[in-house]
Amino acid sequence: MERRVAFESSFAIAEAARMADIDVCAAYPITPQTHIVERIAQLVADGELDANYVPVESEHSAMSSCLGSSAAGARTFIATAGQGLELMHEAVYVASGMRLPIVMAVCNRALSVPLSIWGDHSDVMAVRDTGWIQIFVENAQQAFDLTLCAFHIAEDPGVLLPTMVHIDGFHLSHVIEPVLLPDQEEVNKFLPRYHHPFVLDPNNPVTMGDFATPALYTETKVGQDTALRNSLKVILRVFQKFGEEFGRDYSPVETYKTEGADILLLTMGSFSEVAMEAVDGLREAGEKVGLVRLRLWRPFPFEQFRQAVSRARLLIVLDRALSFGGPGPVCSEIQAALYHLKERPEVIGFIGGLGGRDISVNGFQDMIHQGIDKAEQGKFGEVEVFDVRE
Amino acid sequence: MEAVNLYASRLVTRRQSFTPGHRACSGCGEALAVKLVMKALGRDVIVVMATGCMEVISTQLPYTAWEVPWIHTLFENAATVATGIESARKALLRKGTHLSKAKIVAMGGDGATFDIGTGALSGAFERGHDFLYVCLDNEAYMNTGIQRSSATPFGASTTTQPAGKVSFGQSTWKKNMPAIAVAHDIPYVATACHSYPFDLMNKVKKAVAVEGPSYLHIFAVCPTGWRIPTDMTIKLGRLAVETGVFPLYEVDNGKYSLSYEPPELRPVMDYLKPQGRFRHLTPELVDKIQQRVSREYARLMGKCGK
Repeated sequence: MERRVAFESSFAIAEAARMADIDVCAAYPITPQTHIVERIAQLVADGELDANYVPVESEHSAMSSCLGSSAAGARTFIATAGQGLELMHEAVYVASGMRLPIVMAVCNRALSVPLSIWGDHSDVMAVRDTGWIQIFVENAQQAFDLTLCAFHIAEDPGVLLPTMVHIDGFHLSHVIEPVLLPDQEEVNKFLPRYHHPFVLDPNNPVTMGDFATPALYTETKVGQDTALRNSLKVILRVFQKFGEEFGRDYSPVETYKTEGADILLLTMGSFSEVAMEAVDGLREAGEKVGLVRLRLWRPFPFEQFRQAVSRARLLIVLDRALSFGGPGPVCSEIQAALYHLKERPEVIGFIGGLGGRDISVNGFQDMIHQGIDKAEQGKFGEVEVFDVRE
Repeated sequence: MEAVNLYASRLVTRRQSFTPGHRACSGCGEALAVKLVMKALGRDVIVVMATGCMEVISTQLPYTAWEVPWIHTLFENAATVATGIESARKALLRKGTHLSKAKIVAMGGDGATFDIGTGALSGAFERGHDFLYVCLDNEAYMNTGIQRSSATPFGASTTTQPAGKVSFGQSTWKKNMPAIAVAHDIPYVATACHSYPFDLMNKVKKAVAVEGPSYLHIFAVCPTGWRIPTDMTIKLGRLAVETGVFPLYEVDNGKYSLSYEPPELRPVMDYLKPQGRFRHLTPELVDKIQQRVSREYARLMGKCGK
């Protein structure tokens, strides 16, 4: 029997890890990730989760410990945020290079300096090229659902790649919402125990993490890239299976009121729900506006994205990270994705919501109107930060 | 003596899991040490290795010198990767999905151990994971080209602290890494050298037999970095021990004991003189090193109750 509970998003993720019956969680406390790992530690302490919690001495060691654990064949979970993700950066690359299906919850957080514990996507963009699958969630239910999906995707024999579940720090991680929890049997059916084909086992010794000369490095990395690109098919299949079994549908690119819309706003993460309200208001006022939410950041869902936006006249993109001296990282990705299309929307990019700065419903409506004005004035390619105090 | 050695070597298994054909320099003391460690460990073992000489010489794609499960990820985290494996093994054994109780051994050079990976090693010791950490100490970053580490001895010339007109090379004293391991109150700490193979292998066996973390510090002669002929590796390891520069001892549950006590310490000059890295030393500096070695040796003897 499905249960309906009020859960903080962090607890929803911990609950998904519990129902996934993880074997090892290694973590170092960092705001705003703490509630996830505290909850897991408590579940272990109470005997409700049969796992080893490794309280390591640094974020670098948190990921390193997960590398060992996953290489030994254990279902391995980790959570981090901001500076923590930066400190473990080189180990993040190793996880994907060694095809270790670790699942990591990232409570998206701004980067120092100035020190900020609040949310934005600076840390997300800094790990964009690490070869992980990156999935964004927008509410507590999705946090639960997509953490379960993340294990399934990561461990698929055709994928074997680590996966990040991105929840916005504080704006989502610390928010209490109603969550539907499935039965354990249903979860077991959806996500059976997994067996990695190559683990550290004296009966079948393997050498992992070799050194490659220029003669083989390229080929190794192309193999990894192909695996990440091909994971999209599995992601679609897992989302479909999840929808069939639990009745909630997910897609790499999701749309809201985009039918007949000339103008589209594009967001990622928890701001999407506020943006929906902004779209509702504008629709009521007769404006042909819709919303596109990018759920999958890596592998980038080019085909699904092009389909979602190709009929619009203008696409307004919100980046929650600065790429100093360049366009917003999401905006530049999107422009590249559209460049070769004959029919494509114009793109206007905004950067906003940095370091926990909120964008309200009115704020999104302002942003859309400003975007329309800029497009009319032909001010394309400008990098504008939204809502900056003089 | 020669005849005894010839006989004794027959007591050791010929089976090697760190196999010949790797790319180590000729006369490499570190590769010899790894060979001995692996002979003592047998096959039921998982090896974690830090980035460094031994990793690079043994695992160039698509080849491997390892016949046991082996993993390398990064430079500073061998101890932590080992703790991850150990935690996974515990959980999987408990859940009945995994049956291997293989020993877990992490290895790193002095750079990985003394410098970049000290925090990771300390954390792993403090948490009490059941694994052996082997430090392969050749007293500098040899893989990148003989740069100084905090294991480099006073007076040695390295490429980042070279001897010159106004410099005599390394100006600091070697960090006492075994003492740092002992300070974690782990069950077993020992020093060893490839020039004393039976002592080394016995210590490996002892170290993996204890429950909890253990630390084995192996002095590994590097002809390339120390600028000595390649046939002097064994001799120089013995000289390090016989001069008191690198005493062999173990610390079993906090209790120090000397593994080999030379009847009389030889002068450090016997050890320093063959090495190009010490060629520039003045008699005053040699004297300073002698005083330090004698003092440290006396302190160690005190700890051993001598």
